[in-house]
Amino acid sequence: MAKKKMTAAEKNEAKWGWAFVTPTMLGLIILNFYPIFNTAWQSLCKTGDFGKGNIFVGFSNYSVALANSETWQALINTIKYAIIEVPFSVVISLVLAVFLNRKIAGRSVYRTIFFLPMVCAPAAVAMVWKWLYNQQFGLINNVFHSNVAWISDPKIAWIAIGIIGVWSIIGYNMVLFISGLQEIPGDYYEAAEIDGATGIKQFFNITIPLLSPTTFFIVQTRVIGALTVFDLMFMVMDKTNLALQKVQSIVYVFYQYAFTNGNKGYGATIVMILLVFIMIVTVILQACEKKFVFYN
Amino acid sequence: MESVRMKQKVTQVLIHCILIFFSFIMIVPFAWMILTALKTNQQAISVDPFYIFPAGTWHFENFSKVWASYNFLILYKNTILMIFWRVVCACLTATMAGYAFGRLKFPGKKFLFSLVLVQMMVPAQIFIIPQYLMVSKLGWLNTCAGLVFPGAVTAFGTYLLKTGYQGLPKDLEEAAGIDGCHIGQKFYKIMMPLTKSSMVSLGIFTAVFAFKDLMWPMIVCTNSQTTTLSAALAKMQGQYGSDYPTMMASAVLAVLPMLIIYIIFQKQFVEGIATSGGKL
Repeated sequence: MAKKKMTAAEKNEAKWGWAFVTPTMLGLIILNFYPIFNTAWQSLCKTGDFGKGNIFVGFSNYSVALANSETWQALINTIKYAIIEVPFSVVISLVLAVFLNRKIAGRSVYRTIFFLPMVCAPAAVAMVWKWLYNQQFGLINNVFHSNVAWISDPKIAWIAIGIIGVWSIIGYNMVLFISGLQEIPGDYYEAAEIDGATGIKQFFNITIPLLSPTTFFIVQTRVIGALTVFDLMFMVMDKTNLALQKVQSIVYVFYQYAFTNGNKGYGATIVMILLVFIMIVTVILQACEKKFVFYN
Repeated sequence: MESVRMKQKVTQVLIHCILIFFSFIMIVPFAWMILTALKTNQQAISVDPFYIFPAGTWHFENFSKVWASYNFLILYKNTILMIFWRVVCACLTATMAGYAFGRLKFPGKKFLFSLVLVQMMVPAQIFIIPQYLMVSKLGWLNTCAGLVFPGAVTAFGTYLLKTGYQGLPKDLEEAAGIDGCHIGQKFYKIMMPLTKSSMVSLGIFTAVFAFKDLMWPMIVCTNSQTTTLSAALAKMQGQYGSDYPTMMASAVLAVLPMLIIYIIFQKQFVEGIATSGGKL
């Protein structure tokens, strides 16, 4: 393409444009783009003793990580966590949003309550739940007169962690659903009313299809969020907890290697595996979008 | 007619029942946290859990205990400073870049904006090791600058503000152009004030997520004098292990400030997070 000569006004505009994007672009390059390549490079290196010096070792970190059952177990744990968190939080918050979108007394009080966990540090939330789950003295076992080892039985612990995840995120999803619901034109419901469609019929025939872009958006962000979960596992599971192996997420494993053990090279490898995994999931989600999402 | 009204009433009651049930589940952990914090350890582990108001004496000494052993004033200060600088940096850089991407023409714009979008698709964990190494090379470990570092610019905020600027009517700028304003003045005097609501959304969003961040402060601020509330909680849990009232007291102290701010500004909070979260 031949370069057009810019007029003085266009040149002036371009100057301002570049000046305005410079801080952000410089920041993104230093803080994000350089680190992507740097992480990729480090994943090919062995971290020397005391975290000093990188020795290029090719793909040996990858072959170690992929042969290590811990990596696969962590991936499975992460997927299991997502399978609890995403569907339950989406369905519950959708129902709550539909209720709160009606004219109902105490609407804003309910909304305030459901949104509470959103403004709490997950570290504090996890501490409180850990206490609720306590096998001997916890409130849950006390109320139900049960003796369940909520967070130390490997068969149950992943569900217990998933419940905390659902509890924490319901309010956030709900608020996003409410703003999605408000964009559906009221005429649709009026027309349905005239045709004699009941509330439940309206929900399945109008709300669900017209809300599908919002739903898809929430599912997508929640899936990615759930696959990078860390705080809950870190705060709830003690290092000595026997169920840790069956609960720890892939980001948890990354943190352990990169920062607790100081093995940056292997940590970088784990996080590169996470990146590939998330890319695959994103591609699958995009394919689903074409199939299930209804755009007006 | 009667039966229709009856049916509506039943639905209303049913809906309220479901909403109250879920509200109850949301509130129980908070209530339990506060109640446990007011008991002695003996009461917390031995007495019937519904022994709620322990003999009229509330044990505030749990609070003074954690307050004394972890300098909470410093933790609050560190957390507030980190949030403040992250919000200032994010709003400042994002509003400028958002304006340029949304309203100005310049060569390379498409390419640069695609970089912004790529950053939003990559999981943030990828950046952490190199960011940590940079902070440590700069000598910023255990400093406020180190805490703020990864939040100095925001791709998401740039995207959010760009949509904000694009939504503004064109003639405004043209009128200003006739009056002889240069682009900088147009931006500062006319356009920026009009995107105030997007900026507030971004500010709240940034503040909430900075407050919730756990991994980064744990990595860069290992010293309990320089760290944030979240990361300090992780340490306290290690220290107080089975002293449940003390742990709950520290959890109360950590979440209370943000909860109070939320209750006062709840409308702005919910709307801010809904509008920005909806565009993530």
